[in-house]
Amino acid sequence: MTLALLVEQLFNGVQFGLMLFLMAVGVTLVFGIMRVINLAHGSLFMLGGYFLMAALAWTQSYALAIPLAFVGAAAVAVVLEIIVLRPLYRRGPLDQVLATFGLTLFFNEAVTVIWGREPIPLSIPPLLTGSVEIMPGSAYPLYRLVITAVAIVAGLLLYLLITRTRIGALIRAGSDNREIVAALGININLLYTLIFALSAMLAALAGIMMGPLLSVEPGAGDPILILALVVVVIGGIGSVRGALVGALMVGIFDTLSRVLIPLAIQTNATSALVGMAVYVLMAVVLLFSRTGLFAAHRG
Amino acid sequence: MTLPARRGALLVVLLALAIALPPYFGIYYVRFATQIAIYGMAALSVDLLLGYSGLITFGQAALFGVGAYAAGMLTVYGVTEAFVVWPCAILVSMLAAGAIGALSLRTRGFQFIMVTLAFAQMAYYFAQSLRNWGGDDGFTVPQRDHLGPLALTDHTTFYYVVLALLVLVALFAHRIVRSQFGRVIRGIRDNERRVAAIGFPPYPYKLVIFVIAGGIAGLAGALMANHAKFVSPATMSWQLSGELLAMVILGSANSLIGPVIGAAFFLAFRDVLSDYTEHWMLFFGPLLVARVLLVKDGIWGMLLRGVGIEEANGSPKLDYDQSADPIADAEPGASR
Repeated sequence: MTLALLVEQLFNGVQFGLMLFLMAVGVTLVFGIMRVINLAHGSLFMLGGYFLMAALAWTQSYALAIPLAFVGAAAVAVVLEIIVLRPLYRRGPLDQVLATFGLTLFFNEAVTVIWGREPIPLSIPPLLTGSVEIMPGSAYPLYRLVITAVAIVAGLLLYLLITRTRIGALIRAGSDNREIVAALGININLLYTLIFALSAMLAALAGIMMGPLLSVEPGAGDPILILALVVVVIGGIGSVRGALVGALMVGIFDTLSRVLIPLAIQTNATSALVGMAVYVLMAVVLLFSRTGLFAAHRG
Repeated sequence: MTLPARRGALLVVLLALAIALPPYFGIYYVRFATQIAIYGMAALSVDLLLGYSGLITFGQAALFGVGAYAAGMLTVYGVTEAFVVWPCAILVSMLAAGAIGALSLRTRGFQFIMVTLAFAQMAYYFAQSLRNWGGDDGFTVPQRDHLGPLALTDHTTFYYVVLALLVLVALFAHRIVRSQFGRVIRGIRDNERRVAAIGFPPYPYKLVIFVIAGGIAGLAGALMANHAKFVSPATMSWQLSGELLAMVILGSANSLIGPVIGAAFFLAFRDVLSDYTEHWMLFFGPLLVARVLLVKDGIWGMLLRGVGIEEANGSPKLDYDQSADPIADAEPGASR
């Protein structure tokens, strides 16, 4: 185990954590403001990858394909919000979970019908291939550095949006008391559609950037969604800050445990421990705090 | 005819159909009916939590899978006496349910859904990592167990054993929810604060019902290992957890019989559509959305209304408003 390897894995952990943040922040925003738990969030991650792939095949250019994939995901999100999510705002969690689970089943099958069941590999944009020396003797893939940077920029923009703009003020007000916001004459329906589209675009962004690293396949968003839910539980449901801290914890913990546990213990149980590490982390957090680290709301 | 008598008559007719019909249609439908009874039992365990305790679990498949793995492994090791294997599977599932429940029941409402889903995923990855047991591919079980002197190799015999167990489990669950314990559980579902104020601590009651439901799911899993003679991590997948919830809701929650009917509907839907397309999920997803958004009640509720019974407690009231809304903190006596 060299220092260089450790640093490299730490970079990987931060990068994975930031991808999880892009997912988890959408889950937590939609819950914090609309009080809806959205299991179809993983589908938007998956659709980001598929739309990028389809747009690439059509335009042959990353510069055109990436914005197109974005617009596609946002359009799907707006339609979803209007048709399915809106009636769910006044329903209980059971209805929300079942309806959005039904959506996930639908999207997973729909992409199978259109693009087939086989995983589709995406290549890294030609400009971003190659690697950078982050430490003497240790090269790190340029692409991973770039998506880390993009995720950081997206996070900062989100922070500015929430703290510095009128829409951000409405979002904060909406998560505190949506009845009052509506009573003040704000078009709450429009606000909800905007927030849902915003969270969908963040999920799609993660899906687009992870596309070349994983591969694009039906159900690709499901494991990421479940990890994002773990992040939300750890960070405290409804809290954006909690989502960031939780995501970085889970990302780094997951990546490092994959490297360190096999070094420390070499038995048959090793792979089991590695797969379960993140959930053990969640269990430990739950032992100390029932509502996560940064609980924005009780319950 | 009084209303309970009508309801009883409806149940007797359904049971008579379940006893008489499958052998009449041949081996394919016997196996199909066996599958319905097994998934029905698992869905019933979800209803105990969802319909009677207000606990929305998105991880019941994990306990189903633990039962399946326990039974399958024991059979591979050569223990084929069902009176030994099945209780062992139930016990292991109850232990797993105890561990999962002890932690996840510290949370409520939305968080409980996410935490049960996460722990089920943990069990899924654990099963996937068992290389000696086929990893992701799972393993085949060499033979069915035998129940005392009764061999279960014959599909019809096995079907009747599963059906009898389902009836026993349903009667057992019925006794639980009608008992004093069940009254407390239903009280917790309707208003946890009030039940706690009367002097019943909610947590141990919820844990006990969670463990009981886990044991039932484990028995269903053990039966599945016998039925399919194959066990894989897919028995613990989050899709199956979701499908079990869907079965309960399609059939009517809070009824114990509804989940079995929901399981029958789900499997029949899949079976019929699979004849035409492999993409049957393309239709099931929207069907589930439509059931949630547009229809008030499940199939059993509709059946009951069809014969003139209005269920007093048709759909379960869940604790979401208490956990999510600050309104629940209103002063005692304030009207809501």
